[in-house]
Amino acid sequence: MVSGLINANPIVYEKKERRVRNEAAVPDEYAVEPIDQLEIFDILDPEHPYSLEELKVITEDAIEVDNERSYVRVTFTPTVEHCSMATVIGLCLRVKLMRSLPSRYKMDIRVAPGTHATEAAVNKQLNDKERVAAALENPNLLDMVDECLAPSYA
Amino acid sequence: MAEPSQLSQYIESFVDSSRSPTQQAASLEAIASLLKNNQLTIETLVREMEGYLTTVDNIIRARGILLLGEVLVRLATKPLDDATIRSLIGFFTDRLADWRALRGALVGCLALMRRKSSGGMVSGSDAKAVAESYLQNLQVQSLGQYERKLSFELMECLLERYPNAVASLGDTLIYGICESVDGEKDPHCLMLTFHIIEVLSRLFPDPSDALAGFAHELFEILGCYFPIHFTHQKDEDMTIKRDDLARALMLAFSSTPLFEPYAIPLLLEKLSSSLPSAKLDSLRYLTDCTMKYGADRMAKHIEAIWSSLKEAIFTSLDSVLLFTPESLEGSDLPKNEIAAEALSLLQKHIVQNTKLFLDLIVGDEDISMIFNTISYYKNYHEIPLERKQRLNAVGRVFFTTAKASQVSCNRVFECFFSQLMDILGLSARNSSGQPYFDESILISKRCNHGALYLSIEILSACRDMIASSETILAATSHTEETWKHLLQSFSPALTMGFCSAFICSSEGTHDAATYIGVKGLLILATFPGGYSLISKTVFEKILVTFVSIINEEYSKRLSWKLALKALVEIGSFIERYHESEKESSYMDIVVEKILSLAFVGDFGIPFPLRLEALSDIGTSGRSYMLKVVQGLEEAIYANLYEVYVHGSTNSAEIVTHLLKCYSDKVIPWIRCEKGFEEVLLQFAINIWNQIESSMHFNASQTNKKGVLDVMMKAMKLAVANCSEEKQNIIVQKSYNILSSSISFPLEELLLQERFQIAQEVDNSSSRDEWVLSLFAAVTIAVHPQTHIPNTRSIVSLFMTTLLKGNVVAAQALGSMVNKLDLKSTSGQTSSDCTLEEAMDIILNLSLWIFDKNSSSSIQSKMISVHDTALNDLSNGVGSCTSLQIHAILGLAWIGKGLLMRGHEKVNDITMIFLQCLQSSGRAGISHQEKSISENNYKLDLHNSVMKTAADAFQILIGDCEQCLNREFHAIIRPLYKQRFFSAIMPVLQSLVMKLEPLSRSFLFRASAHVIIDTPLIVVLSDTKKIIPMLLDGLSALSNDVVDKEVLYGLLLVMSGILMDKNGQEAVSDSAHTVVNCLVDLTRYPHMTLVRETAVQCLIAISGLSHARIYPMRTQVLQAVIKALDDPKRAVRREAVRCRQAWASIASRSLHF
Repeated sequence: MVSGLINANPIVYEKKERRVRNEAAVPDEYAVEPIDQLEIFDILDPEHPYSLEELKVITEDAIEVDNERSYVRVTFTPTVEHCSMATVIGLCLRVKLMRSLPSRYKMDIRVAPGTHATEAAVNKQLNDKERVAAALENPNLLDMVDECLAPSYA
Repeated sequence: MAEPSQLSQYIESFVDSSRSPTQQAASLEAIASLLKNNQLTIETLVREMEGYLTTVDNIIRARGILLLGEVLVRLATKPLDDATIRSLIGFFTDRLADWRALRGALVGCLALMRRKSSGGMVSGSDAKAVAESYLQNLQVQSLGQYERKLSFELMECLLERYPNAVASLGDTLIYGICESVDGEKDPHCLMLTFHIIEVLSRLFPDPSDALAGFAHELFEILGCYFPIHFTHQKDEDMTIKRDDLARALMLAFSSTPLFEPYAIPLLLEKLSSSLPSAKLDSLRYLTDCTMKYGADRMAKHIEAIWSSLKEAIFTSLDSVLLFTPESLEGSDLPKNEIAAEALSLLQKHIVQNTKLFLDLIVGDEDISMIFNTISYYKNYHEIPLERKQRLNAVGRVFFTTAKASQVSCNRVFECFFSQLMDILGLSARNSSGQPYFDESILISKRCNHGALYLSIEILSACRDMIASSETILAATSHTEETWKHLLQSFSPALTMGFCSAFICSSEGTHDAATYIGVKGLLILATFPGGYSLISKTVFEKILVTFVSIINEEYSKRLSWKLALKALVEIGSFIERYHESEKESSYMDIVVEKILSLAFVGDFGIPFPLRLEALSDIGTSGRSYMLKVVQGLEEAIYANLYEVYVHGSTNSAEIVTHLLKCYSDKVIPWIRCEKGFEEVLLQFAINIWNQIESSMHFNASQTNKKGVLDVMMKAMKLAVANCSEEKQNIIVQKSYNILSSSISFPLEELLLQERFQIAQEVDNSSSRDEWVLSLFAAVTIAVHPQTHIPNTRSIVSLFMTTLLKGNVVAAQALGSMVNKLDLKSTSGQTSSDCTLEEAMDIILNLSLWIFDKNSSSSIQSKMISVHDTALNDLSNGVGSCTSLQIHAILGLAWIGKGLLMRGHEKVNDITMIFLQCLQSSGRAGISHQEKSISENNYKLDLHNSVMKTAADAFQILIGDCEQCLNREFHAIIRPLYKQRFFSAIMPVLQSLVMKLEPLSRSFLFRASAHVIIDTPLIVVLSDTKKIIPMLLDGLSALSNDVVDKEVLYGLLLVMSGILMDKNGQEAVSDSAHTVVNCLVDLTRYPHMTLVRETAVQCLIAISGLSHARIYPMRTQVLQAVIKALDDPKRAVRREAVRCRQAWASIASRSLHF
């Protein structure tokens, strides 16, 4: 393991005001509320200190979702170019979505173009089903992912 | 005399350190009681103990001396002769030198020193000897915590009880104390040391005294504790808190003016600290010290204090002013604690050193800079944030300063008020007495928000100062005060200024401008002292302005609200200060105008707003309320007339609003005030009079219902808030009208056969129904003691009416049954009846409907008299069903009345319901019935009847707003729900076992109602038995959409059980069935809340024991995965949590 933090003092950005959903005045019991950008964003980043949003790792705009075609694509930005944690972050995002979205969804997790030294390798690794499955077979890795995700279920 | 051997045993067992503490304590108590009962003298004891007290063995000697000391503690109230005390104190004084046996000596000294004079005290010279020995022998800081505490207690006791004796020790004493307290760290001991220093300083009040030389040294010891930093854990020392210590230290700080040269600089230094608690403490200490040290000593620090205070106020105040109606009045204290303390300190200083301090404030550069700022920025919203904070702070400073005293008020007016008037462009012309003109030119200049804001602060301070001075007359006696002169000359112009703030706001729509305008006018209008300060024209102009806003600017929500609030404030101000001159203006201008709103039809203001204005103005004072109530009632009567005679829809709508306003706003206010009962009585009587006089009813069906509902509500509330005598009057009046107008005379009713009901259905006119409903409303609301005439006929009347489907009649009957006397009283006439008799009437009638065969006498009567009617009833399915439904509803309300008072007749009623519930199964038909008429009658009820019977349980046990509650004086037996629950649930359970599965659903429905409305805590105590019913109920109810509310209620009980620890244990046995049921409910299509709660329940279940729930994990996870794709977001969010909770207990393979 690397000793010490890779990016010990990251820039913390101001949070954007969360978009408030305008609810219908008289709620319709049978109306469908489709899964949308904001909901995915809420899944990935519930409020806690130094959240992914404050570090600009993911933003609401970086999420594309198509409920009809059951497709979601998340583009995230590591804080530094050579961040060795990029794959772990990506894996966590993926696991969180896998556990939170209906099984019909196909998901695509990517590093934002030009923000990481080994961008292609990371993308390939994150979207290879076999490799993700294998990673989650690894007890150490799984524990790490669970630890990362634990606060997000609070 | 006790046996010497026994005594020596006691002594031995105390001194022997190998004995257990309880043994030692017991022997100590034994010796003490011997002494108390005079079975033993102290002398004997001492002689007996001689060996222990003088032995060279340190441990035994220590125990021996301690025994003597502890015994003395227990003899605090027993009289002892002087010689004994003298020799004892001499002994203990001597022993203070014996450090190995110190504890006993300290305890003994303390016990003797604390003796009351009644039982013999230590003499002054002996006390001095103790002090000398103390100072000579004790090295307090080298002792253990407990001994330290004892020594400090001893010193405290010496100082407090023998001040003269110890004071003569002078320097030695002070030096000794300094030495002993230096470096103390234990909180208990610190409390004592702080107090010792406080008392010590009181002992040497004179600056030339011995203390002066030691002041610096003493303060060095004290000063290092400030600010108190308390690191003790919460559970460690519950007895002493940080605040206690801080307070004790504060008293020590302020105990002598000699500390002033050291304390004030320290406090000022800590005031600039960044720690809020230190700041707060410094301010509090400064306040206390200022008061105690006196003006002369504080004078040299004044500049430093002002600059520190200014800094504290400037940085701690909120930068944003609130412009809400709530903050219009009563926001005098800033929320920030530091700012509040700082301002109160400022006020203390101004009072103490008026001249010096005012010079500082007047000459302050920061304040003059603020004046530059406000003249630069015209609009409040343009001012930068930190400037706003400054402005706010300066406002508060002005407020505090001007409020402090007349002199300071004068000064502020002189220096700042005139400056502000200059900025606003009001000064030059007015001081020379010329009228103000050129409004249009000056408007822009007058709109300077900053200047207006500051003037408001000054004015409100001035107003508060007058209001707080002894009498209003005091204000008039200061005719020569500068502020008064300035105020009088500027008030007309200022009024214009504030008004123009409004006018500006209409262009830019700024909250700030509106708020400032309203607040300024409000303050000007609420100056006490009649018209001596603010002239009548100005006052009236202000009122007119507000009223015109109310009338015209209703589209602007904020300014409308503010103006209304201001008017209410002015009204209650007049009421509070008994300003009779202003009251007449207020009445003429405000109340009359607003009242007219209730009448004028086409004014443009939405009607609810008018009523809001009306009722708010009313609440500001009694005389206004009277006026408002009058107006309101007149409007109600006028519109009711329209409704009665012409059936006008428009009037019906208006009268609905008016009555709502009356019952929602006016009656609650009257309830809080005393002496308005007459008004309510008049209201009720007038309503009845009006009905009496209008014989022809034209109210159309459509609008009638709404009006009647609100009218009944108002009538109920009005009657409920009257006393019994007044209620009697109303009841009599309404009874007269009822008996004269109802189509069939009451007396004959009893004689008539009851079976005409079915034919009577549409006989009565709409006016009769109206009268009857209102009469029912009156009956619902009366006290139990109120007399209802001719009860027997009324019960029958209500009974027949409720069979027509009139719910109010049923509720009224329920209330009557709830309140009727159990025993007949002496003054009863034949037409009255007791509860028993009333119940007989009711039950006879209802039994006939359901169980007619079981009562053959009624049957025979019925057949002989009204054969055709009977046939109609039992054969005509439609009318029969609806009749039965009405009867069940009626019985439910009656049963509720009985249940709440805890009467056993309720069982008869529930039995009827239960029979209805099991009808189609035929199991419940009585044997009698089978034998008599197998062919004629089967209790084969329609489904809707059974459903009503099930829902009747909801009425029985649920709370109701319309009747039978505390407000309407119902008799409520404590825990009646509990009793009913435990009585009915076993019955329902056994019935469920008896019936076929198909016919159980109504039983489940009934039990669901019972479970929902019973307090959760009761259900929890019986969870094991309830769970099967509850689960069956959940699945039975999930079949029909209309039951969704009941289903949700039942599910909430389930989740309540799952959240409780005992409930969880009870559930864990039947976890499997519970999970099955909940999994089904996660797919319930008709209500999101049900699905969401079901998923939450599943989360709660995941907390049960692992062995119980492990087998269910696959089932739950599959259900939850489906829930992840739920159409509703809330359900999906819970599903994510639920999945996580269950996945973590599942095996890795399920975990992807």
